[in-house]
Amino acid sequence: MLQILGQNVLNALQLGSVYALIALGYTMVYGILTLINFAHGDIFMVGAYLSLAAAAFLLGLPLGLPLVVVFVGAMVFSMLLTALLGVTIERLAYRPLRQAPRVSAVITALGVGLFLENFTLGLLGPEPRHFPSLITMGVWEVAGLTITPLQVLIILGAAVLMVLLDLLVGHTLLGMAMRAISYNRPIVPLMGVSVDRVISLTFAIGSAIAAAGGLLYGLAYPVLDPYMGIRIGWWAFIAAVVGGIGNIRGAMLGGFILGAVEIFTPMVLPSSTYRDFVAFSLLLLLLVFKPTGLLGRPVFERV
Amino acid sequence: MSLLEINDLSHNFGGLRAVSDFSLEVREGELVGLIGPNGAGKTTIFNLITGVFKVGQGQIKFQGEDITRWRSHRISSAGIARTFQNIRLFKELSVLDNVRLGAYARHAYSLLDAVGRSRNFRQEEERQRQRADSLLARFNLSRYADTPARNLPYGEQRRVEMARALISGPRLLLLDEPAAGMNQSEAQELIRLILEIKEEFSLTVILIEHQMRVVQNLCQWVKVLDFGETIASGPPQEMQSHPKVLEAYLGKDGALAGEESGNVA
Repeated sequence: MLQILGQNVLNALQLGSVYALIALGYTMVYGILTLINFAHGDIFMVGAYLSLAAAAFLLGLPLGLPLVVVFVGAMVFSMLLTALLGVTIERLAYRPLRQAPRVSAVITALGVGLFLENFTLGLLGPEPRHFPSLITMGVWEVAGLTITPLQVLIILGAAVLMVLLDLLVGHTLLGMAMRAISYNRPIVPLMGVSVDRVISLTFAIGSAIAAAGGLLYGLAYPVLDPYMGIRIGWWAFIAAVVGGIGNIRGAMLGGFILGAVEIFTPMVLPSSTYRDFVAFSLLLLLLVFKPTGLLGRPVFERV
Repeated sequence: MSLLEINDLSHNFGGLRAVSDFSLEVREGELVGLIGPNGAGKTTIFNLITGVFKVGQGQIKFQGEDITRWRSHRISSAGIARTFQNIRLFKELSVLDNVRLGAYARHAYSLLDAVGRSRNFRQEEERQRQRADSLLARFNLSRYADTPARNLPYGEQRRVEMARALISGPRLLLLDEPAAGMNQSEAQELIRLILEIKEEFSLTVILIEHQMRVVQNLCQWVKVLDFGETIASGPPQEMQSHPKVLEAYLGKDGALAGEESGNVA
């Protein structure tokens, strides 16, 4: 029993890492623009496909590249291109609506998501694609637990990205500018900060991290389809809200909580089909009792 | 030469004419006052100069360059810094971070430097941190460096705003009612501070102020506004007895002019 529990904790950490990476994108954009970027799940999907394309291309070269090179190449390629996608979406779809009512931007975000899904569907067809396996080493037995190198890679890789992001936001001037925008946007330009540039960088970073999540997800659950971003996007969104939307560490925490919900639901309830029920119930309860999320700061309306 | 030149600036809020045909020429090193009753359009002029409001009519030149259509961050980078009538600090950030943010445009490193924490990045952060530290020391704020700005007393918050404005190395400093809410001895202290930093940082200053004592002690000349119109300009001593100024503050018959003139503006 203890072994099964330990094994599932590992599984929850692995899945939670991916949710956390995607939740970061929701929370960063919300923090700076108070916009829920509902296209973010689909940006993650595009990131996964771009990783797949790069990996397949590199594996297809008659060079016999080591798998590490393929992995790093796929990661760099998809992070860069997905960052560009995020910046483009912001520039074309959200920036013109900056002064428009909030609901216009939200509907636009949903529209962008639909566009990405159907564009991918049109381009690649509805058949699921298989992600090549890049981590082929065996498994380790530690204290009766089965640990795969892939699991370690996902958990550590996600942790490294989260630490880097935390440092960036907490300790660099760019991070300071991001936080300043979320606290008091109107006066930030008067500090010589180009708000548009900071917003572009925020989208770039959030999208690149989602792409990294897409690659790690593809390695762990190697079937991609154009609609994969919907469910995972929703879960990551719940993770961001549970942790306290706008709060970076909250998004990480929320990601791991949602990972645990997904893994442990079938242990407690008769079927894994209850997982969405459990996740959304958790969200509703939290919104009733702690609307700002676990780590969110309360917002006072100015009268 | 003139550092700032404003020609025929006008601005409307809906149907209300907030600023009308305002012109101003400020020479390098001058200390100029902008006075007038509440709602006269003084802060609106600051907002137009710093790009917070878009200029509809008129022209603003800074150091000979037309900055009328520039956006705020560019104007700020070009060397115009300001403080606010109602203190506008980033309340959740520490005092040190507030001041460092003022130097944003001066930081010379790229995003890649920052993510990779390169040597260039660390050196530059260190250099800017030292600048911020020495400014905090200059303004007697060192002990508050790590305190969230919201926890500081009012007067200290005003000094943080000033330090934040100065760290960008501005040529022109716009002070919006720096003495608001201060008693006489605090105001006296402020006058001394403004004169000192003006010399130290070779600044040109435009000041909006209601306390006549402050205006008289600081400004070489003032412009008086009422309902967006410029009604008078000249040395502060003359303004006190200028009939139009008295009318603006006290109403047409000037019944109170005799006893209250010391507090005008």
